[in-house]
Amino acid sequence: MRGKHPLSITIIDLEKNKVKKLIEVRWHGRGGQGAWTASEILAKAAILEGKYIQSFPEFGPERMGAPVNSYTRISEEPINLHCSVYNPDIVVVLDPTLLKTVPVTQGLKENGALIVNTKVSPAEIRKKLDLKTGKVWTVPATEIAIRILGRPITNTAMIGAVARATQIVSLESIEKATNKRFPPNLAEKNIPIIKEAYKEARTG
Amino acid sequence: MNTQEKKSWKEIPMAGVCWVPSTAYLTGDWRTYRPILDSEKCTRCMLCHIYCPDGAIAWKAETNEMVFNYDYCKGCGICEVECPVDAISMKLEGEG
Amino acid sequence: MVLTTQKESKAIALNGDEAVALAAKQCDVDVVAAYPITPQTIIVERFSEYVHNGEVDTEFICTESEHSALTCCLAAAAVGARTFTATASAGLALMHEILYVTSGCRAPVVMAVANRALSAPINIHCDHSDSMVERDSGWIQIYVENSQEAYDSIIQAFRIAEHQEISLPTMVGLDGFFLSHTLENVSVLPDETVRKFVGQRQIPLVKNHEGKLVPYKLDPENPITIGPLDLHDYYFEHKRQQEEAMRKASEIIRKIHDEYANISGRRYGNGRVDSYRLEDAELATICLGSTAGTVKTVVDQLRAKGVKAGLLRIRTFRPLPVQDILEALQNVKAVAVMDRSCSFGGYGGPVFHEIRHVLYDSGTHPHVVNYIYGLGGRDMSQLLVQEIYRDLARILETGKIDKSIQFIGLRE
Repeated sequence: MRGKHPLSITIIDLEKNKVKKLIEVRWHGRGGQGAWTASEILAKAAILEGKYIQSFPEFGPERMGAPVNSYTRISEEPINLHCSVYNPDIVVVLDPTLLKTVPVTQGLKENGALIVNTKVSPAEIRKKLDLKTGKVWTVPATEIAIRILGRPITNTAMIGAVARATQIVSLESIEKATNKRFPPNLAEKNIPIIKEAYKEARTG
Repeated sequence: MNTQEKKSWKEIPMAGVCWVPSTAYLTGDWRTYRPILDSEKCTRCMLCHIYCPDGAIAWKAETNEMVFNYDYCKGCGICEVECPVDAISMKLEGEG
Repeated sequence: MVLTTQKESKAIALNGDEAVALAAKQCDVDVVAAYPITPQTIIVERFSEYVHNGEVDTEFICTESEHSALTCCLAAAAVGARTFTATASAGLALMHEILYVTSGCRAPVVMAVANRALSAPINIHCDHSDSMVERDSGWIQIYVENSQEAYDSIIQAFRIAEHQEISLPTMVGLDGFFLSHTLENVSVLPDETVRKFVGQRQIPLVKNHEGKLVPYKLDPENPITIGPLDLHDYYFEHKRQQEEAMRKASEIIRKIHDEYANISGRRYGNGRVDSYRLEDAELATICLGSTAGTVKTVVDQLRAKGVKAGLLRIRTFRPLPVQDILEALQNVKAVAVMDRSCSFGGYGGPVFHEIRHVLYDSGTHPHVVNYIYGLGGRDMSQLLVQEIYRDLARILETGKIDKSIQFIGLRE
């Protein structure tokens, strides 16, 4: 029973049998920038639309400024997986200074989307990271946040950019989830940030 | 994280003994704001050196200047607050 | 699997810690004494918010240590209160002495353990070393697979612990970070439904020094002494009683689980073990906790390729479901036992020991091998799970075992 034995399957086969309709997002931020909250709000927006979700953080040293990853899974079917995300469909970068120290494109699917908080153009980001496939979106989230919130907390802006770039959840659901997550005084500042980032995000 | 860079259990000392000093961790690899010193206003009172939580400000004897080590400066802004003559101001860091 | 119930409850997003706190609130606990430790902190924070907002009428005591926290709970339980606490890792270790005292005093304390590795070196991430080491403590142990089950199990735990024929403290283990901090879909029951299910704490009756049957609690009206000095003439008998309670617990746990399944529409196997595609499986993995979910996904992928793979998740580790394990494995030819803790110098991990031990006297002797995995939060990916099944397939094909005990996911 050699060769054709069903047990002689290779590692590559795993990709083909990937869980259907599962979208995986990886967020890159620094401690204190709200990468975890961002993945949480996206998940809560998706659950309002009847999806199955997961959202979880991955900490390094627990200090402000240390690189932090968080993850969101959105699926039309129940999610059983409890391992890390290795091949995200979407990668979001909350802080442009991470680009030079963290391999943000690692594992990103070939037709995946990279969404970066930066002032520079998508084409420049593509060149900087030598990214030949997928989509690249950029949005000046730090500027938007400082303008509206007065602080460089870019997480909600990036959620707006994700909605624009990928359409995996509606802006309306994100607003609802944001209103639930923050007290009224914070929510009323963050909703305009989300809308502004949605508008200003661009691809190229 | 590239697993090739991480060592196997056979290569590391026991009990978590570190094989690099803590200074190898450059706490200044990221900042939103960076302190800029106006040396003319500075009275060399050394308060910034005392208050800096990272020991990133030192007095250089040869030039009688306060020197900021941006490898470790986190941009917390305590130096700006504590300077009695407003010689330090925090400026937005570039995108790097 | 979520089935529709009479009252269709819409799923909300909760992480494991939040789900536990909500369940404890709905069970109307009288006393919570706790000390914060990652990754349980969210449980304590959330519950203290409930207390502050007046959403629950609970005496919340911030103790100076976990040792004191459990002592507080034990004392409160001894006067008849329904008590709850939560901890992890070093906190559970610090409580160790009192764990035995609590079970010896037959106090029905319910505790959530956000499973986390023990120091040194310090690690805040998930493994089972904290609660595995307490498997001899006389506590009932339940390990959950997802945040939904964490919610459901805390509610069931109060019924189990307080059951008159059991009267044993119960711990519910949820994987640190993988569940504690992971937002998932959780269907929540209405407050009234939970209240009706757990009811009021029923205090068992004991015969006092006057030969009178009195409630088993400290009460000046009917004074008794709980857990006093035993000499060599009675200690052994008291311990035998605890063992008896554990044996009785097995069937009662199943009944309570079934009752809960009827009102919620959710079941986890028979409450003691959760078999996944084991009916005709040749290769099986045995696993506790959240990793079982990842294994289920891989089992589905392998089944699609025609591989007869299956999974046995042990939900109730204490009391050990011996019969369930034997029944589940009766047709399996090769078994991989996954241990998320290590018994240093012990020839394999604790779950491996127990499985082999259970199989020893049985008629069937599948190949049984051990994989120590995930210590200190090391991720157990689908690829690594697939490697385990490939090893099992090779064992089945050749009839030979290369290594009985392996560390998987380790950098050699």
